[in-house]
Amino acid sequence: MKKYIDSFKKYRFLLRELVKKGIKLKYRRSYLGIIWTLLEPLMEMAVLSVVFSAMYGKKDRAFPVYILTGRLLYSFFSQGTKTAMRSIRANGGMIKKVYVPKYMYPLSCVIFNFIIFLISLIVLAAVATVLGVYPSLWTLTAIIPLFTLFLLTLGVGMMLSTMAVFFRDLEYLWEVALMLIMYTCAIFYDPSMLAKTHTDWILKINPLYGTIKTFRDAVYGSSMFTEPYWIVMPLVFSFVTLLLGFWMFKKNQDKFILHI
Amino acid sequence: MPNYAIEVNDISMKFNLSQEKLDSLKEYFIKFVKRQIKYNEFWALKHINFKVEKGDRVGVLGLNGAGKSTLLKVIAGVFKPTEGQVIRHGRIVPLLELGAGFDSQYTGRENIYLYSSVLGYSKQFVDEKYDEIVEFSELKDFIDVPIKNYSSGMKSRLGFSIATLVDPDILILDEVLSVGDAKFRKKSENKIMGMFDSGVTVLFVSHSIDQVKRLCNKAILLDHGELKAQGNIDEVAAIYEEMTK
Repeated sequence: MKKYIDSFKKYRFLLRELVKKGIKLKYRRSYLGIIWTLLEPLMEMAVLSVVFSAMYGKKDRAFPVYILTGRLLYSFFSQGTKTAMRSIRANGGMIKKVYVPKYMYPLSCVIFNFIIFLISLIVLAAVATVLGVYPSLWTLTAIIPLFTLFLLTLGVGMMLSTMAVFFRDLEYLWEVALMLIMYTCAIFYDPSMLAKTHTDWILKINPLYGTIKTFRDAVYGSSMFTEPYWIVMPLVFSFVTLLLGFWMFKKNQDKFILHI
Repeated sequence: MPNYAIEVNDISMKFNLSQEKLDSLKEYFIKFVKRQIKYNEFWALKHINFKVEKGDRVGVLGLNGAGKSTLLKVIAGVFKPTEGQVIRHGRIVPLLELGAGFDSQYTGRENIYLYSSVLGYSKQFVDEKYDEIVEFSELKDFIDVPIKNYSSGMKSRLGFSIATLVDPDILILDEVLSVGDAKFRKKSENKIMGMFDSGVTVLFVSHSIDQVKRLCNKAILLDHGELKAQGNIDEVAAIYEEMTK
């Protein structure tokens, strides 16, 4: 254990550099640069709000906030897992030539996406204020779903990055899986719609929906502790995923070099 | 008891050269069910045993494909050997592939920090040595240019300047004394010679037997992954010259 901590300390600077590189290169050579972090979710929110408001024909003023919370959390999960999955192959050249602890690659991907995600929460704050959704003390509890979401994304990212080294098809399969996950997260519909058809068990087994739901509670300024299931289930799920992810990665990392 | 810097204990390294590239799950699954996965097992290194004493300068000789670079990468920790283990005493600086870890979209300045972090330096250390790196690489005018616009010589110069920043206990050199133009080559050779004088242990690969003879006092000879000879440079070099005749 001490060995790992020492090695982590030694390569802390590397982690920081990799995170910085991820953020810097994501928007380099685009005119608006980092502003896209704010602009992109805003534009997507506008489109989704217009489409679904028209579809449901309802006049909920705060509907964009509802969409935006779901969309932001989902897109961090999707971006984080996708870049982490590709990180080993993308850094193949480096891995073949110098020794660095390999978990740094997926870890740095998840961290840099998380930072971009945190920046984009500014948009949420702005939109919420404009549309009259004001924070309360409960809003501070948002840290719980954010923490859970980070663990979940890292765990899934570690697993995917390990598997994708051996089966490149996974990169395509995961796109499809992500689509399925998106539609079962109640990003742009009301979960009570599923209850009508008795398919709301899908939400119950989806840890990502749990984090979105509790995060929404926090944003709307209400307590998320009335139904602890939505906090506990995702948290437990994320911890298990994380342990499993690191275990898989550690067990297979010496073989990576023969497959990239 | 002699003081060892590197102990290489019975190392073997196996590569699976798959005959067809099995990149997809479907292919893999079908082949797996039909039990058709064939690997050409290829042992790049077979039961290599040797020890390097502190302060020795060891030349690694062998023809192309003898396993020289693989051996150095195993010692540097990039490859994990299939069997056996390497014990290292002291700080290793591998000058194997200069600039592995450079990002082509990054500028020279950004790459100095990136590559330093890859080599495991601390930020504070790089901050202190930054000017020294730029000066040694002679790239002051290009330091804020993206590295994709650098020539390959410029890239190696920058890589060399960063990698030789620390005083190592063990230095691993793979054909790096041929970096850049004649002027820089002389400078880099001087720098490495300076390290030699400070009593560093060296592993050195070069195809120039004269250079090896000039720089090393011991040598090992590899042939098809096997250790053919080890000992004093003159003896081993004689066997190698015999082989290449």
